[in-house]
This record gives sequence, structure tokens and C-alpha cells, in this order.
Amino acid sequence: MPPAIPILEARHFSKRFGGTTALDDVSLTIDSGTVHGLVGHNGSGKSTLIKILGGYHAPEPEAELIIDGKPVRLPLAPGLFRGLGMAFVHQDPGLIGSLSVVENLRIGAIAQERLRPIRWGEEARRCEALLTEFGMDVDPRATVETLRPWQRPMLAIVRAVDEIRQLQGETGIRRGLLVLDEPTANLADSNVHQLFDVVRRVRDAGFGVLFVSHDLDEILSVTDHVTVLRDGRVVGSGPTAGFVRNDLVRLIVGYDIPPATPRTVETRRTDHLVEVRDLSGSGARDVNLSIAPGEILGASGLIGSGFAEIGPMLIGALPVRSGQLRLGATTMELSVMTPAAAIAAGISYVPGERLREGCIGELTVADNVTLPVLHRFFRGWLRTRAIDDHARSELQRFGVRPPDPTLPLEALSGGNQQKVLLAKWLQLSPKLLVLQEPTQGVDVGAREQIFAIIRDFASRGGGVLCLSGDHEQLALLCDRVLIFRRGRIAADLAGPDVTKDRIAHECLGSDLSSAA
Amino acid sequence: MNVSGPTSPAPREVAATRQNAVARFCHRFALLFAWALTIVLFGVLEPDSFLQLQNFTSIFNSQAVLVVLTCSLVVTLTSSEYDLSAASVLSLSAMLIAILNTQQAVPIGWAIVVALLAGLVVGAINGILVVVIGVESIIATLGMGSLVSGITLWISHSNLVSGISNTLVELVIVPRFFGISLGFVYAVVIVAALWFFLTYTPLGRQLLFVGRGRRIARLSGLPVGKLRFGALMAGSFLAAVAGVLYAGTSASADPNSGDSFMLPAFAAAFLGSTAIVPGRFNAWGSFAAVYFLVTGIYGLSLMGIQVFIQNLFYGGALIIAVALSIMVRRSETREPDIAKEGN
Repeated sequence: MPPAIPILEARHFSKRFGGTTALDDVSLTIDSGTVHGLVGHNGSGKSTLIKILGGYHAPEPEAELIIDGKPVRLPLAPGLFRGLGMAFVHQDPGLIGSLSVVENLRIGAIAQERLRPIRWGEEARRCEALLTEFGMDVDPRATVETLRPWQRPMLAIVRAVDEIRQLQGETGIRRGLLVLDEPTANLADSNVHQLFDVVRRVRDAGFGVLFVSHDLDEILSVTDHVTVLRDGRVVGSGPTAGFVRNDLVRLIVGYDIPPATPRTVETRRTDHLVEVRDLSGSGARDVNLSIAPGEILGASGLIGSGFAEIGPMLIGALPVRSGQLRLGATTMELSVMTPAAAIAAGISYVPGERLREGCIGELTVADNVTLPVLHRFFRGWLRTRAIDDHARSELQRFGVRPPDPTLPLEALSGGNQQKVLLAKWLQLSPKLLVLQEPTQGVDVGAREQIFAIIRDFASRGGGVLCLSGDHEQLALLCDRVLIFRRGRIAADLAGPDVTKDRIAHECLGSDLSSAA
Repeated sequence: MNVSGPTSPAPREVAATRQNAVARFCHRFALLFAWALTIVLFGVLEPDSFLQLQNFTSIFNSQAVLVVLTCSLVVTLTSSEYDLSAASVLSLSAMLIAILNTQQAVPIGWAIVVALLAGLVVGAINGILVVVIGVESIIATLGMGSLVSGITLWISHSNLVSGISNTLVELVIVPRFFGISLGFVYAVVIVAALWFFLTYTPLGRQLLFVGRGRRIARLSGLPVGKLRFGALMAGSFLAAVAGVLYAGTSASADPNSGDSFMLPAFAAAFLGSTAIVPGRFNAWGSFAAVYFLVTGIYGLSLMGIQVFIQNLFYGGALIIAVALSIMVRRSETREPDIAKEGN
């Protein structure tokens, strides 16, 4: 096994989607027996690179891929990576909760086995040896749903290693590469080190590991080598020991860390319209926040940091362990909140995934808009003309093109769909408007119109909570932005601190004291 | 479980949607054209026996039971639940009337009340299983259907019970005007009421949203659990009403009578969802579907084709209706969204 040959060499990987370049001449070399970190923002090209390796995307023709010294023809057919000694572990570990650990570990082999009866006793012993090798203290016969949350990605990693080894036994492949795509995104911090321990053991067993993450703490503690992507290009690469945290932040964001502005009391308001106290559950802990009348409060963070769960928790659409919400003079217990009660109290929640959570695409615009207010149009029977007229006037008020209430909603563009949803919720005259990714999949012109609608609502005394991973949007829209890290509020940016770069830095958790 | 119906107007291209207005009109009324075509076809093939007024009145009268049972399924299917116990409820309802009226000397009015209450009880049990406990409706109602059939066989000692009061028979099947019986009138009234409910009441619209997207309905503040429970109760109640009509139509109750209605009712509901209001389970579409299917079968039987044609025809219609709706929907699903690519 000549150590000089890297397990994977990707050269000149580019990928264009229509007019946008997702990946621009990226080269990457991964050595056996190392953990190679890949970091970058949303949209930096990380996922595109991984999807090319997985065979989901075809790269542009100049790309070359060399695995274990042998050139491989591109594009890869989907699933071909297995035959090359690669295995992927995604954010969703792909385990079946109701089956046992052994069954989950052996899913692949069992799927291929045709005739030989399965000897479960033997399988369990093999499994136990494998788990012990990677330092996992788990009963092979336990069902996966009884495992601790951090043990599940560990199991997925061990399974991937086992699959590569099986293949090594059957073919001439000598070495393996494990791709871990955000394996820690849904985990609480305290047990991540156990997962890292497994990753190091995998590395020490001679595998190459590509470790994709948003989280710089993880990258710094578990990787040997790191590559930073920004806007589809490699902007930095080298041994991890050669980077300090702020170097990485600068590379990822592309700017120097903006100086922290001294806080002034004037940017803080005390006449709160909304107060959330001690909210815990569904990935967030001890969240306290308040919104003044007319204030647009943003919340952001990395994937899995808990900010995105706040909206559904406030209206009772996700489990809440504890917490209170005060809205005006009424205080509500959030653990018993329901969407209907939230609406009655004056909270409108506009979900992020429009066609999955917000509206029913194949039904008409009028049906979707008037759903929460149908009783207004019922006098003996539903006045369908009045419904259409009401929907049309709402569409005109919010600038929906075309303002035709009889079209199926999915016939509209993303921006117009979002305006229809805002119309649906604002017609209820809420006191608090909770928005999730309000401009996702929306073009620039419509984005401005949506901002104008939100600002207009706030200017008339409403409170807005905008949950988003889009830092630019938050900087343009919000008066104040809360940053979540690992389920808690880690920073509260206001006034001149509300900039795209500052939000990005805080999400990554940059250490401002050492930057100064 | 998604049992939402087929076809919605084409997405994305607004202009194209407008141009398709003619196509949509054809689509809406295709089933009626097919029905007319069937009548013409058999009229030409069997001019002497088929084109008789009494054939049509007898088709109309005899299928009132199937129309009402189909309405029952339209209610539950709109809420995206399968009610496989509906036909058993029909049998139970008819059998209760027969036994109470002929063996226990209960006045026919009270017998009918008991039969309808039995339908509500079965619906409530379905609701508890499906909504409160969370059993998949297809399993819960499959079990309930078998259980209810068992009760029907038990109370009837597996015998046909005849001799139901003539009052009911007169109120249902005796021809009144131009050979049309009151039973058919009741069926039309029920279809019209269901159409009104689904189209012109907030509850009907809310039920549609619950069926299409339970999560969306919940986030919109609808009482999703109550609506699903109510749909299962209403469906069972309508099945019991169909049982009352059955008892009046045949003046007797056969413990297995409902079984032969199960598949035709599902076939009519799914076929009906391709017509009148394409893409939604709907009352008038189902009405047209029932009579299209029955006309076809009647015509074929006049041509001397065996009884098994019923099974072939209903089974084939169900499969083709569902397959067509899925194929139409697939051809309309949009291309993968490139905006969601990348990271």
C-alpha cells in the first residue's frame, strides 16, 4: 500500500446550473488515513461537489477523477461510488428505527443475499466485534430507536465502513473513502466528541474521510486537513494545524471580521408587544426573546442550531417542553399551544416550505387564501362570487401577478405564491407575524415587494419574527437579529451590528476577542 | 394515506391554462359523453330490447342504493380516509330493519331510526380507532367491516329475512311518476345535498383541505381531528341510509347484500372524481359514474353476456379510473426545481 498515492484526487470540477456556477474549477486531494474537512456556507458548492461524487450530478467535461491512482470515467453513474470503495453518511443517517442494530448494519448485505439462510447468531457476533472495534458500547439486538441520538450517526458510520470492507473482500479494491455530510447537524454538543472518536478510529483503520460541516469547532477538532469553499471556488486549503479559527471564518465569509459596535441603549426597546420566556423543546433550550410593536426581529444560525424550530414551537406545531408566550395582555403556556389557539390569539405563522406546509398547490388561489376566513362568506351558502372578489382584492393589494383567484396556486411563480400566503395570513390582522424563510425560491423583484409588505405590517404596530438562514435578507429586513448556536441564543445583534457579515460570523461562532 | 383524486389544471403556464379551457370543458363532461355513447351503442346493437323507457326507469330505480353508498364513500375519501366498512354497515342497517320490523313487530319508523343509529355507532368506533388511536383507516375499517358483517350474520342466523312493511316499500320502490320511484328521488336529493355541502359550506371546503394536506389544514387552524371524525361518522350514516333504501327496494334483507355493492361504489367514486369537478371526489361525478357503469353492464347483459361481466366491468373500471388519474397527475408534475439545487 504505497502511502504516496492519495485515495481520491478530484481535478477541475466545475458545475453550472443554467446561468449560475455552483462549482468553479475545484480540485481536492484526500489522503488515506486522514480526515479532510470541507467547509463553506450554504451555496458555497459543498453539496454540489458531494453530489458529483455520489453520481447525482454530472460535472462539466474538463473534470478528472482519480481514485486510488486510477482514473475514473465521469460522470459517475448513480450508485457507482460503491464499487469504487466510497461510502456516504448523510445528515439523515438512513437507519430504520424499528429494526435492530444488527439488521440495520446488515441491510445492504441482506438485500443482496439470495439463497444462503441468514445466521442471526453469527451476524450478531460479527456486529458486536465491529462495534467494539470502533468503541461503541451498544447491544446489537437493541432496536435503533432506543439508541441515544448521537449513537445513530455513529452506527451509520460503522455501517458504511463495514460495507466498504465487504467490498474489499470481494474485489481488488484496497482502500476506502468515507464521506460524512453534516453528520452532527442534529446533535446537541455534549456528546459530539463520542462521534469524533469513531471518526478518528475509522481514520486510524486506514480510511480516508471527507468530513463536511458548517461547524468550525468540529472541523478544528476532528480534521487533519481542511479545504474552504466560497462561491464555488477553493479559497483555502492546508493542514488544519495551520489555521486558527478566525482564518477559517475570514475564508468562509470572504471579509475581515467587522469591528463590534459598542452597544447603545437607544437601540433597545422596552415596550414589548411579545415576550417569550424560557422556551425549551424540539432542539431549542432556554430561549428568551421579546419583540416591540413595529419591530422586525430576525433569528438565524447554522442548520440544526434550533432557530428554525422557534416558529413552529410558538404556534404549537412542534413539541414544547416548557415556556410561556405573552402577547399584549394575555400570557399563554406554550406546551399546550395549538395552531388554532395561536391564530385566535393573533399569531400568524407563514411556513417556509410553501407547497408542503403553506398551501395546496393544486387548489385555486381563492381556495387557499380564504381557507381561514370561510365563515365570513357563509350566509345560508358560501357566496363563491364574494370569495373570488375578496381573493382578487387581496391579490391586488399584495401585487400578485396575475391577480386571478381561479388559477391553481402552483401555476404562480414562487414570489407570487409567497405573496398569496402573506395575503392569507395578514387578512386575519395578526398582532405577531412569524415568517420562516420568507423569500426562499423568490426572485429579486418579488423579494423587494415581500419586504415592503412585511415592513408595512410592522409600521402599523405589528411585531415580526423572521427565521432565516439567509443572512443578507436578515440584514436588509431586520431591526435586530438573534443568533442561535446549539439550541441557545448566542448573540443579539442590533442597530449597526445587523450586517450580513456580522450575522455570518456570529453563526459560525467566531471568537471576536481574539480578533481584536 | 393519500387518496386525493386525479388531475388538476396544468401548472406553471398561466396562458396555457386559459387556452385549455375547452379541453377542461371536455374533460369535465367526458363521462357524460361516454354514458351517452354507451346508450347509443347499445341502442344500435339491441334496438328492440335496450331502448325501452322501462329499462331506464328500472336502472334508475334499482341503483338508488348504490348512489347513496357512493355518496358515503365520497365523504370519507374527500377527507383522505378509506371506509371499507361502508358496505357492511349497509347490510347491518337493512338487516336491523328487517328483523325489528318482521320478528320484533317494531313499527317501521322506529326500525329505521335504530338502523341509522347503528350506522352512527359504527362511524364513531371507526373515528375512535382512526382519529383518536391513530390506526390507518384502511385497516381499522377493514376490521370493522368484518366485525359488522359477523354481527349481521349472527342476528339473522345467516338467513334472508323478508316481509318488511309495505309502507317502506311504497315509500322507496313503487313507481310514482313516469315510472320513477321515490327511492331515486331520495338518491338525487342526497347527491344534491352532498354537492351543496362540499361546494357551498365552509365545512365541506375545510374537509377538502384536511384530505389534501392534513398538516397545512392544521397550521391553518382547522380542527383536523374533529373533521376526520365527523367524516367517518357521516360516511357510516350515509351507508346506513343506503341500507334503509335497500330494505325498501327488496322488502327483505340478505345478510350478504352489502358485499356486492362494495367494489361498484369505489369504482363509481374514483371514476366520478375524473368528471364534473375533475380532480376531486364529487357528488354529481359519482352520480354520473354509477349510471354509466350500470348502463354498460345492463347493455352487455342484454346481449347475452354472463353475470361475471359485472365483476369484470366494475373491477376494470376501478383500476382504469385510478390508473388514469395517477398517469394524468404524473404528466402534470413539474420538472425538478433547479433553484433548489446546490447547497
